[in-house]
Amino acid sequence: MSSTETQTTEIPGTTIFDGVQAQKGYQLNKMCYSFNDAECREAFLADEVAYCEKFGLTAEQRDAIKARNVLQLIEAGGNIYYLAKFAGIFGLGVQDVGAQQTGMSVEDFKAMLIAAGDD
Amino acid sequence: MAQIVGGITTSHIPAIGGAISNGLQEEPYWKPFFDGYPPAHEWLDKVQPDVAVIIYNDHGLNFFLDKMPTFAIGAAAEYPNADEGWGLKPLSPFPGDPDLSWEIIESLVADEFDMTTCQEMKVDHGFAVPMSLLWGHKDKIPVRTIPLAINTVQYPLPSPARCYKLGKALGRAIEASSSDAKVVIVGTGGLSHQLDGERAGFINKEFDLMCMDKIVNDPEALTQYSMLDIVRNAGAQGSELVLWLTMRAALSEKVKKVHSNYHIPISNTASGLLVLENAA
Repeated sequence: MSSTETQTTEIPGTTIFDGVQAQKGYQLNKMCYSFNDAECREAFLADEVAYCEKFGLTAEQRDAIKARNVLQLIEAGGNIYYLAKFAGIFGLGVQDVGAQQTGMSVEDFKAMLIAAGDD
Repeated sequence: MAQIVGGITTSHIPAIGGAISNGLQEEPYWKPFFDGYPPAHEWLDKVQPDVAVIIYNDHGLNFFLDKMPTFAIGAAAEYPNADEGWGLKPLSPFPGDPDLSWEIIESLVADEFDMTTCQEMKVDHGFAVPMSLLWGHKDKIPVRTIPLAINTVQYPLPSPARCYKLGKALGRAIEASSSDAKVVIVGTGGLSHQLDGERAGFINKEFDLMCMDKIVNDPEALTQYSMLDIVRNAGAQGSELVLWLTMRAALSEKVKKVHSNYHIPISNTASGLLVLENAA
């Protein structure tokens, strides 16, 4: 695959979900997409290892799922829209996910967002 | 010949759906956001549209990466909402207008926009939250709907310039149709926000306010940006600006700004509302 604009343009702290990421993360994203269904969310919670196995996750993806680590999941090809469904299983919303990725407390992350309206 | 009465841009953040379900509109966090909407309701009561074309992005409810259309349009009699996995209560199905959908499809494809046509289409919060914000206070939703989904999930995304041309073609298609409906175009999502990566929480008020002005007065100026320019300036999910731009292109060259509101933050996002009336 030749180099594309998305691969050669750096935006700090941002992973562009292009063809490279979409191929790398396909199984992981497919598993997370399944979490639209309550039955699938329950099946994951009942036996997480077996559920990851069913979707053929790579070792890197399984580790990232086990660690509940969003940056690792993105590195393993995860797309935030599907990962949000994974986070939802644990009752975590986008501000919890934002706080985790930035290394902030949820309160500090929310305060940062409010401060963005002040200037 | 259908008539386009105007356009609305509105945020579609899932948390808004939760706030409506839980009746939080008067809470201090939510009030500055919800207070923006009564003027939009008054305008809709005045112009009385029959049809709403909702330009939105699917966030992984109807489309997965197995088949990811760049541009998809609904052609169904109704569009169900469904569980998205993180707790938002599904809403009742939204009525469609398949006759007008097919006329638009015929016209768009003839105009070289090769749409994916959907006779079954689940609509997610990107569609449903704006419907609640604009018409949820009514006993019954008073418009038929046509969903138009643009891929903002998997790159390459269509460029702002391409989306602008799609909007132009959409406007021509509606105005050439045999329907006698009054149509409102709704561009959803935005403005600046980023959910993923170490840059999560990124908001850019200056860029947003510039975009809100350009959408009204000089939308073509925004077609100069690449999608990555928009991501750099408005965050990864700020890419939803193209949904606004597509809406704006379907309107007349000059529009009257009836109302606007801008508020930071709702959830991780800067929210913008515009009500634009088409030139007579």
